[in-house]
Amino acid sequence: MTSSMRRDSSPWRADTALIWTLRLLAAAAAGIVLLILVFLLIESIPALRTIGLVRFFSDASWYPLSDRFNMAPMMAASLLVTVGAIALAIPLGFGSALFCRYYAPRWIAGAYRRMIEVLAGIPSVVFGFWGLVVLVPLVTHSLIAGILILALMILPTVALIADASLARVPEELIHGSAALGLTRWGMIRRVILPAARCGLMTSVILAVARAIGETMAVLMVCGNVVQMPKGLLDPVRTLTANIALEMAYATDTHRSALFVSGLLLMVIVGLLIAMAEWISKGRIYA
Amino acid sequence: MSTQESREVGRPWFPLKEGPPCCERSPVLEVESLSLAYDGDFAFKDVTISINRGCITAIVGPSGCGKTSFLMSLNRLSDLLGGCKVSGSVRYEQEDVRENKVDVISLRRRVGMIFQKPNPFPLSIRKNLTFPLWEHGIRDAQQVRTKVEESLRDVGLWDEVKDRLDASAQALSGGQQQRLCLARALALKPEVLLLDEPCSALDPIASGVVEDMIADLRGRYTVIVVTHNLAQARRIADDVAFFWVQDGAGRLIETGTARQVFEHPEHELTKAYVSGQRG
Amino acid sequence: MPDGVSRQGQHHRIREMLAVTCIWATAIVVSLTFGWILLDLLRHGLAHLSWAYLVESPSDAGRSGGIAPIIASTFLIVAVCMSIAVPIGIGTALLLAEYSVARSRFGRFVRRSLDALAAVPSIVFGLFGSTLFCIYLGMGFSILAGGLTLACMVLPIFIRTAEEGFRSVPDEYRRGAAALGISRSATLFKIIMPSAMPALVAGFVLGIGRALAETAALIFTSGYVDRMPESLFDSGRAMSVHIYDLAMNVPGGGKSAYRTALVLVAILLLINGSASWLMHRWVRHGAT
Repeated sequence: MTSSMRRDSSPWRADTALIWTLRLLAAAAAGIVLLILVFLLIESIPALRTIGLVRFFSDASWYPLSDRFNMAPMMAASLLVTVGAIALAIPLGFGSALFCRYYAPRWIAGAYRRMIEVLAGIPSVVFGFWGLVVLVPLVTHSLIAGILILALMILPTVALIADASLARVPEELIHGSAALGLTRWGMIRRVILPAARCGLMTSVILAVARAIGETMAVLMVCGNVVQMPKGLLDPVRTLTANIALEMAYATDTHRSALFVSGLLLMVIVGLLIAMAEWISKGRIYA
Repeated sequence: MSTQESREVGRPWFPLKEGPPCCERSPVLEVESLSLAYDGDFAFKDVTISINRGCITAIVGPSGCGKTSFLMSLNRLSDLLGGCKVSGSVRYEQEDVRENKVDVISLRRRVGMIFQKPNPFPLSIRKNLTFPLWEHGIRDAQQVRTKVEESLRDVGLWDEVKDRLDASAQALSGGQQQRLCLARALALKPEVLLLDEPCSALDPIASGVVEDMIADLRGRYTVIVVTHNLAQARRIADDVAFFWVQDGAGRLIETGTARQVFEHPEHELTKAYVSGQRG
Repeated sequence: MPDGVSRQGQHHRIREMLAVTCIWATAIVVSLTFGWILLDLLRHGLAHLSWAYLVESPSDAGRSGGIAPIIASTFLIVAVCMSIAVPIGIGTALLLAEYSVARSRFGRFVRRSLDALAAVPSIVFGLFGSTLFCIYLGMGFSILAGGLTLACMVLPIFIRTAEEGFRSVPDEYRRGAAALGISRSATLFKIIMPSAMPALVAGFVLGIGRALAETAALIFTSGYVDRMPESLFDSGRAMSVHIYDLAMNVPGGGKSAYRTALVLVAILLLINGSASWLMHRWVRHGAT
């Protein structure tokens, strides 16, 4: 009887220890986002209880020191800045992706893609600073300044993700349409873009999520006046900038109200990501 | 003295080299009604076979009839495959390998496996050999050095690589890599060797060298070779097992000595396959 | 040729030309803007930039002097961040890449959480970090709090890159090791991790890049103090925060802000460049 085949001193003890350690680490990593939600909720509750959800939209405006907590002007600002930035970034971003894939000679495409990657790595505070010293003198602290800077910042996101989804379009589709005599633009418009539709939509959604969450750049160029914007040249304050500006000195209810706005941001971005995930039916690389 | 005890005394364990070319005709592995299914699809069904000690058994048949899966179930590598269900029994030295209380690590040391595509680790040649030894508790520097040289000599690689033992194993040619994998398994002093189409990824010359090596193992090790190369099977096998797909699963059609199967096959299918009419 | 076809042909040709023009125009506009930013940064940043800038302390609220303590603080914050993120990240990536538990409910939960974490806006991290680390755990404004908060932000990126690295290690190594009776842990540590090293380093470098670019989260966790930090519990100012402060709170701070911005962007370019180079090397050599 070969006792050496019995599972006595199994090196698998190390394996068991390992997998439990890994499980612990993974649980820690997974738990962070839950922790964030929990903290946001805990800190938001005082405001929700004292102020009540309705007043966040019905008060006169946002004068926290006089107990007025209407977030609507800031939400509108966030929304408009985002919409404007997306309106600019989509054509520029998709155009860049198409340029790299189908129109540019190889070395130019490579250099261009590298440039976009560099653009993607520039910190938001540098964009904001540049906007402050170069753009703002031209268009004043305003909504349009925010839109332009934000468009510049989310352009790489759109371009790189769109580029990746264009790359996934099967070659046979392209060869087939070429064989049918389609022109380059015809092919793009009728075959390639529809085929890459999922990925392109994902790129837009992720860019929107990034735009809504952006703080520093809009803080530095938009003027930070709490008001409903009536024109592109009006200074505005986004929800994110608001938190950044007032966190330092906010107390009690005011501070709690800021957490409410943070919670709102997280929920909105969360919904966007869920939408993107649902569209691309799986993991997406945010 | 039983083989178990002789091993413990530390004598080199090559008892049959002086004996007749093969074999004791005593079964070392007894497989009974073995079946393996992946998520419901049977790779092979109901295989019953005895593998004889010290002999080279060739498993032949066209691709897709479960030969590789069969090999993998013998050293329980099938445990690694998700959704894999195995039924039946595999008795190695009178003990059913598939029971839960079996030490799989020890099993896999004693039943070594070589894969179709040579898979040396991304380490130096020396490390490829010392790493498994280390993991199995053989850490004495002198012992390790001896085993490394022994195994490399055994596969004819020593003279070719003795000056560059610290070079990357992946810089070797395909044939050398496969021989290194063989040496790596031999260093653990297995009793049975499972070879899954060891020559099919190699060029003809390397293939010939590896084949000669395998033939040389006769008597010292029990070897089970899966091959779709009938000529190779003719050259080296003592026993042959013929697999074929029937009813959507691989089945063992016929088994016997090489002479029996190749010259006087009993089953129609076997006859057709070995004469090249089918397959 | 019938009239219809030649008119179609013209129609298509005009469309094509329009498309080509628009696409090239897009590329040119983007390139020019990028060039504008870069040149602006270079022109103003290089003026009065010297090696002294990197080793002196700031004076006059940062308008003159150097940024040595700020570089030190930044380095410490990033060091804290990565020393937390790397072990947790590698562990999680290993679990997701190598074990079948990755397909279980726990595994899918981990993935979803990480995707969600990757999307959290940075200001929310600031809120979270300041509440958990500065207040509840009593660290106050400190480099430690900043580093911990950044670790949370960097984790998803690092895990994603590390996981890809592990997945790309050929399966044959795992099978070969299993056939030799080598334990899972030995296989992971001695064969798979070394193989995946280029990807791990690339992920590490990308993580550092993300940490360096972060501002909003740091303002509320590591603070504004621009003195040389003496311990991890000291408050410290990161480069990104310094740029912000000079731009918004210090009149006339623009020149110094340009210089810091240039240094920061240069470091980031170096870092991202080496990450790309490592990825390429990994793709070319790792597969063999």
